[in-house]
Amino acid sequence: MATKTVQLEIKRQASPDAPAAWEKFEVEWRPGLNVTSALMDIALNPVTADGHATTPITYDSNCLEEICGSCAMRINGKARMACSTLIENIEQPVRIEPLSKFPLVRDLQVDRSVLFENLKAVRAWVPVDGTYDLGPGPRVFPQQQEVSYPLSNCISCTCCMEVCPQFNEETGFVGAATIAQVKLFNNHPTGKVFKEERLRALAGDGGIQECGYAQNCVEVCPKQLPLTNAISDVSRDVLIQKAKDFLRG
Amino acid sequence: MAAPKIIVVGGGLAGLAAVIKIAEAGGSVDLFSIVPVKRSHSVCAQGGINAAKNLKGEGDTTDKHFDDTIYGGDFLANQTPVKAMCEAAPAIIDLLDRMGVPFNRTPEGLLDFRRFGGTLYHRTAFAGATTGQQLLYALDEQVRRYEAEGKVKKYEGWEFLSAIVDSKGQARGITAMDLRTMELRAFPAGAVILATGGIGAIFGKSTNSVVCTGSAQAAVFQQGAYYANGEFIQVHPTAIPGEDKLRLMSESARGEGGRVWVPRKPGDNRAPRQIPEAERLYFLEEWYPKYGNLVPRDIATRAIHKVVYENGLGIDGQPMVYLDLTHIDRATLDRKLGGILEIYEKFVGVDPHVEPMKIFPGMHYTMGGLWVDFNQMTNIPGLFAAGECEYQYHGANRLGANSLVSCIFGGFRSGPIALDFAKSASAPEGDGGAAVELARQAEINARLIKNEGGENPFKLWRELGNTMTEHATVIRYNAGLQKADEKIVSLLDRYKRINLSDRSQWANTSFAFARQLKNMLELSRTVVLGAKLRDESRGAHYKPDFPDRNDEKFLKTTKAGFTGDVAGPRLELEDVDIQYIKPRPRRYDVAK
Repeated sequence: MATKTVQLEIKRQASPDAPAAWEKFEVEWRPGLNVTSALMDIALNPVTADGHATTPITYDSNCLEEICGSCAMRINGKARMACSTLIENIEQPVRIEPLSKFPLVRDLQVDRSVLFENLKAVRAWVPVDGTYDLGPGPRVFPQQQEVSYPLSNCISCTCCMEVCPQFNEETGFVGAATIAQVKLFNNHPTGKVFKEERLRALAGDGGIQECGYAQNCVEVCPKQLPLTNAISDVSRDVLIQKAKDFLRG
Repeated sequence: MAAPKIIVVGGGLAGLAAVIKIAEAGGSVDLFSIVPVKRSHSVCAQGGINAAKNLKGEGDTTDKHFDDTIYGGDFLANQTPVKAMCEAAPAIIDLLDRMGVPFNRTPEGLLDFRRFGGTLYHRTAFAGATTGQQLLYALDEQVRRYEAEGKVKKYEGWEFLSAIVDSKGQARGITAMDLRTMELRAFPAGAVILATGGIGAIFGKSTNSVVCTGSAQAAVFQQGAYYANGEFIQVHPTAIPGEDKLRLMSESARGEGGRVWVPRKPGDNRAPRQIPEAERLYFLEEWYPKYGNLVPRDIATRAIHKVVYENGLGIDGQPMVYLDLTHIDRATLDRKLGGILEIYEKFVGVDPHVEPMKIFPGMHYTMGGLWVDFNQMTNIPGLFAAGECEYQYHGANRLGANSLVSCIFGGFRSGPIALDFAKSASAPEGDGGAAVELARQAEINARLIKNEGGENPFKLWRELGNTMTEHATVIRYNAGLQKADEKIVSLLDRYKRINLSDRSQWANTSFAFARQLKNMLELSRTVVLGAKLRDESRGAHYKPDFPDRNDEKFLKTTKAGFTGDVAGPRLELEDVDIQYIKPRPRRYDVAK
């Protein structure tokens, strides 16, 4: 009996300077098969659909349950997490490419460290006095926790940046993920001590005014972060901050 | 004098906790991680973190937390460090709260707590069902702050290969490999802390992340560090069976009222909601009336095995049971368990709000690990370990929600102690052995990249996983363990004929994996042979041929030392510190 198979087309590139080429693969279909498992199948038997020996695919992955944010890639043209993309829910052949807005490392692996640099620039942390025992933190009512928690669910996958028309070298736009973290920390009773600095960091070139409200970010976010809400809230705060700074001279 | 440099390997909760303490004390840190630290396996922890804050008026105390932990671990843990951890836990929660972790709250704005396995108290603070993620982010943010201040330098995308050990046997730094350029480099340091997590990958499929190979622990084990209680492996009762991994379904599902059941009639193929209450067997509630669905994990796992394999009551004859949340209202489920319900729905395609989940036990946690003293130091002076990669807080079985607290506590302890060690250490002679160690690693790499043979490393790994899962998880027999060891020895032999289909020197993931695989194979033997030696049943280690705990012979820590000999590691038994709580029989059908 012939086993059911899955057709994959994967964009390969051995290094940042090497030419890119597509390779076709065929792996056995199983119920619940996800894209990362298909990539693991190729590592077990690195041979293309037409029988040529090749190398295992280089890609980032870790938790395989959509919480570490590693395995973002373009699958059938859409930025998404490879682990939570089940083959049975998508069209074949499955076309897999690296994210296009970040420096390529190899095959499906890209360098997304720009996001972590952005988080540094906006001081995305609560400046505690020290780690010694200073008693409990400030009281936080459940209503406020229910605003913070979804923002704190950002897995840094960078899908929102990949799909944003404004996220490119020309604008230097920080992207939605960083803006959402600004909202998170500006709303924290202690974190808001840096509110003005964060807003100023988003006020210049590459800041929040680069956003063109395409709303692709909120649609693509695998964790359903309220990104457009965060952008409009922070936009308003940045404008107020600019006005204050202007009046203060 | 400039502050000494400390190296921390691993950027999960334990590693980041160590980094924060060192930076705060004025030390400088090089932090190594295979993945960007924010993507470490700690993100997968779901249910919560334990601390006896007693905010529910139940009279909970740190002493009760201590007793539950020791009892839950079947008396195998050394009591002094566990006592210290339980006493420190409330202040750790306060600190995390101050750092901005979005813990769930009571209407008054205080921390909310829920129940977890192995205790009768509401002792578990939680942030939805993604507590590990939220805790890791809080520590990651603090480390980013120190990074911005220049106190921490991150080496993300570097893999630890070995410790640099000088001629007197003291750790003087590490060797590591850049996973993009494949560059090998020696990094000197005044002390080294390993915080490299669990070893799930040696079981093939587990709830662990891809990076949890135990490779770093195995490397220093082969350099002379003891590996303790390797045979104690936690199999979590409720995981979603999967093609590529077993996805955890948090104990918090039961903490919030989830019930485990099977149809009473074998082969009953009605849809779960068509089966009336009277025809359902809530076997945990029936067998363990006092703790019910919240018995510790080893107990729940064996009960599920029994109901499936002895009583033949698995759903549709398959190895699966129901975990049912459908009697709880949607708003409560979403507020308290949203994250894990989303995982089930995404990967199984069924909505657990309306349909009971189908689950089965899966390898989850490594109680054993690098042997350390009460100061978190291995037997190699200057080499410390913290978090899941060391052995000292959970004995023979870990209680749910104790891992996050043990990681942070171990990290907090190890950081300042390592810094003090480095301050008082003598200067190394010459390069401290760095050049010799680097040459040894370069030779291993050179041999591996051009090795000729027909073995695919990923296939060898799959065979290892199958063997370990079959013989060294829930139920163990000496004959099976012997077979598993023979299999590992044969895999080590076949490893010599490994062939990398990729011989390039840029981001070569098969090469990195092949290096890990060798270490995984060596470490597997400590699990299997430790289990074989221990002719008793204790916590997660269960042998039907020796069904009782035997304190006289085995109230001992197993210490494995590497020999390099085909006979395998040398095993010795060490007394356990039981100075506070006298061992007593462990049972969960009645209050303890």
